[in-house]
Amino acid sequence: MRRLDLNLFVLLLGAAILWVAPAGFGNYGLYVLSLWLVTAVAAMGLNLTLGYAGQVSLAQAAFLGLGAYATALMTAKLGLPWWLAFCASGLLCFAIGIGLGVPALRVQHHYLAFVTLAFATVVYLVARNEQWLTGGVYGLANIPRPAVLGDKLNGNLPFYRFVLAVALGLALVQWWILRSPWGRAFQALRENPLRAASLGVDVRLYTLLAFALGAAYGGFAGALYAPLVEFIDPAPFALSQSLMLLLMVIAGGAGYFLSPFLGALVGVALPEWLRFTGGAYLLFFAGAVMVLLVVSPQGLMGLADRAVQLVRERRRRPEPAAAPQPSEVR
Amino acid sequence: MTEFLQLVLAGLATGAIYALAAIGFTLVWQTSQTINFAQGEFVMLPAILVLALVRFAGWPLPAAIAAAALLFVVIFGFGFKRIVVDPMIRHGVLPLAIATMALAILMREGAKDGFSAEAQAFPSLVPTGAVTLFGASLSLRDLSILAVACLAVLALHLFLGHTRTGRMMQATAQNPDVARILGVPVERMILLTFAINAALAVVASLLVSPIYLAKFSNGETIGLAAFIAAIVGGFNQVRGALVGGLLVGLVDNLSAAYVSASYRTAVPLALLVMVILLKPEGLLGRREERAV
Repeated sequence: MRRLDLNLFVLLLGAAILWVAPAGFGNYGLYVLSLWLVTAVAAMGLNLTLGYAGQVSLAQAAFLGLGAYATALMTAKLGLPWWLAFCASGLLCFAIGIGLGVPALRVQHHYLAFVTLAFATVVYLVARNEQWLTGGVYGLANIPRPAVLGDKLNGNLPFYRFVLAVALGLALVQWWILRSPWGRAFQALRENPLRAASLGVDVRLYTLLAFALGAAYGGFAGALYAPLVEFIDPAPFALSQSLMLLLMVIAGGAGYFLSPFLGALVGVALPEWLRFTGGAYLLFFAGAVMVLLVVSPQGLMGLADRAVQLVRERRRRPEPAAAPQPSEVR
Repeated sequence: MTEFLQLVLAGLATGAIYALAAIGFTLVWQTSQTINFAQGEFVMLPAILVLALVRFAGWPLPAAIAAAALLFVVIFGFGFKRIVVDPMIRHGVLPLAIATMALAILMREGAKDGFSAEAQAFPSLVPTGAVTLFGASLSLRDLSILAVACLAVLALHLFLGHTRTGRMMQATAQNPDVARILGVPVERMILLTFAINAALAVVASLLVSPIYLAKFSNGETIGLAAFIAAIVGGFNQVRGALVGGLLVGLVDNLSAAYVSASYRTAVPLALLVMVILLKPEGLLGRREERAV
């Protein structure tokens, strides 16, 4: 439990730093930071599905897309306020998550991956082909920025802070969920589904709930993404992007509370930073991810964990190392 | 009717190529629980290697093909197993699957930056033209692709079922622990599976590149199709991957012609979802028992 409190501390401290730090950043820097936070929200949802409930979803970018299109249509076409679109995006994805999960989880456990694979492809095809609704490959433009207390957030710094506040709110909600009895049930599922079932946890219900909540986070991220880029087309929601989000969660360390932020840093900021290498930056990116996973299959957080353990062992060498407690909240 | 026959033949030919990729995918999964997300890139790269050897080293085509095949099997058969799979296999299926995803990006970008971002023509290694059969003009190329792929599968089938090494490989796939007790060199057998996977990818690459042209991004479509084919056919059966591949190719081609060109990619996926809901273990798959 202490570690989850430590997570909360790191989260709040990080948010405070991120609130103040980029005041002098240019527009591009602010854009990358905002994109990082939006991606982290989507990765947070996937981390809930994958890291805590042990289900592979290959459709997180599709949920992001659903949220983005829903928000774009509601705010740009219908003129509704952003917060309404935000709630609707999350609810829509939650409902679709339930709809996909019920038949998929009826059968064996890894079939959810295949069903979400099909779903991701269908969402992409619909976004590309149904021009009357989504604008097809030409996309939807002129998505308005949300307004706070009647003030429209047209500047990049205010909007970045808005994204930061919403992302922090969503992270706090997830922190609370993980501390609640639900969260304990999610963890019990991951550690040992059979034992969880024998202790009276409804495995199917909780797996379904974790997946649907993860999907809802995808929708929320989409609702932030649309006003950030102000123009959306189908490309960022393709299957390859869903795989990319999966890569980020694993590279960050699935099942660690803070891993989505680190993973999104790997997925969003590392490629940007590697641009100095010229056209081959993706080559270096892929190489770096492979080396990271070969060295530490638990990702960056696993690496950090190992470093902390090493330091602790050095400090109290005479004592025997404490046995790891698998049920402890990570 | 003629058009239908041609579509069926073209579908089967594409399907046979998917099947080659799907069979390798299944073999690797069976013996070492590796989900290879780079399978499509495995089919893309050999043709690029051949073209690179022809262009940069000035080698004649047959020599380039032989060298590229050898190089590919060594690097992406043995090397892939030793460098990527071995250190990660103990840590579960998912990190390894993600690592192969990164490998896919690496291969794709490597082909793009190292060779060309444009689609390149690849010489056809099988006769082209048309033959008239039952009043329908059929593409000789499609027929030969089907024949070559069938020969490859037949050879693999004979090898697995009728040689000592093949049987040892099957034993490894079914139960590595018991196989090890019985004196099967399990590690060597797994390594051999990876080599066979790479060899099948080379064959598929040489067959598919004359049709789709050799391009760095080809892997995405082929990889997805092979993945679907493997699931549809049954993840734990070589025969299943063959049937799944042919079926996916057929459905893909027919739906492009008769359903909707813009939604053609969705139709094989609909097939996939139907199979999952009705027969989760795949068309020819065995139910996997769950160990408690």
